[in-house]
Amino acid sequence: MTVQLTHFSAAFVFALFASIVFGITHRETTRDMIRYGLYCFGMFLGGVLVAGWAMWLIRR
Amino acid sequence: MANSTQLKTKPATETTQRAAMMAIVAPALGWLIPGAGHMIQKRWIRGALLLVSIGTLFVLGLMMQGHIYRANGGDILDILGFIGDLGAGGMYIVTLALNGGQGAIAFAIADYGTKFMIVAGLLNFIAIADAYHIAIGKKQ
Repeated sequence: MTVQLTHFSAAFVFALFASIVFGITHRETTRDMIRYGLYCFGMFLGGVLVAGWAMWLIRR
Repeated sequence: MANSTQLKTKPATETTQRAAMMAIVAPALGWLIPGAGHMIQKRWIRGALLLVSIGTLFVLGLMMQGHIYRANGGDILDILGFIGDLGAGGMYIVTLALNGGQGAIAFAIADYGTKFMIVAGLLNFIAIADAYHIAIGKKQ
């Protein structure tokens, strides 16, 4: 069985699961874990979008 | 007097021994099964989330026909890939035993899959360190 993900969906899945692990392992309280996980998720996906647009601009 | 001192120190010694044992068992179990190092210390939800997150990344990597690295002494990137994959512990061993992850990285998705499996292993290393910190009382 094979899975075909687009670049964005692969980045989304990666960001989601990596953020969960980062949140759990890098913070002490549940509230801080959730906040840090959301922050990491935003930074991962934001980084993808910024890098994508930067490459689009460089190509022009 | 001596008896009362013995009674006081015995439970403390047992607790210390148990903590020392847990500091070895939790990381080892966490390496073998992601999240198990947390679960054995009764952090059920954290353990389950780690298992699902790391497990899903690794399995998705395999399903994307990612390549799994074996022990090698060649290219530095291959060695680093092996170290990353090794972090997945039991999943890595089972995959090798079933002869999985043999795909050649011929297209982008397979490359993503390869990276997914390496990152799953590296994330498990972080989870192992976290389980150890809980065991020694550095973290709740």
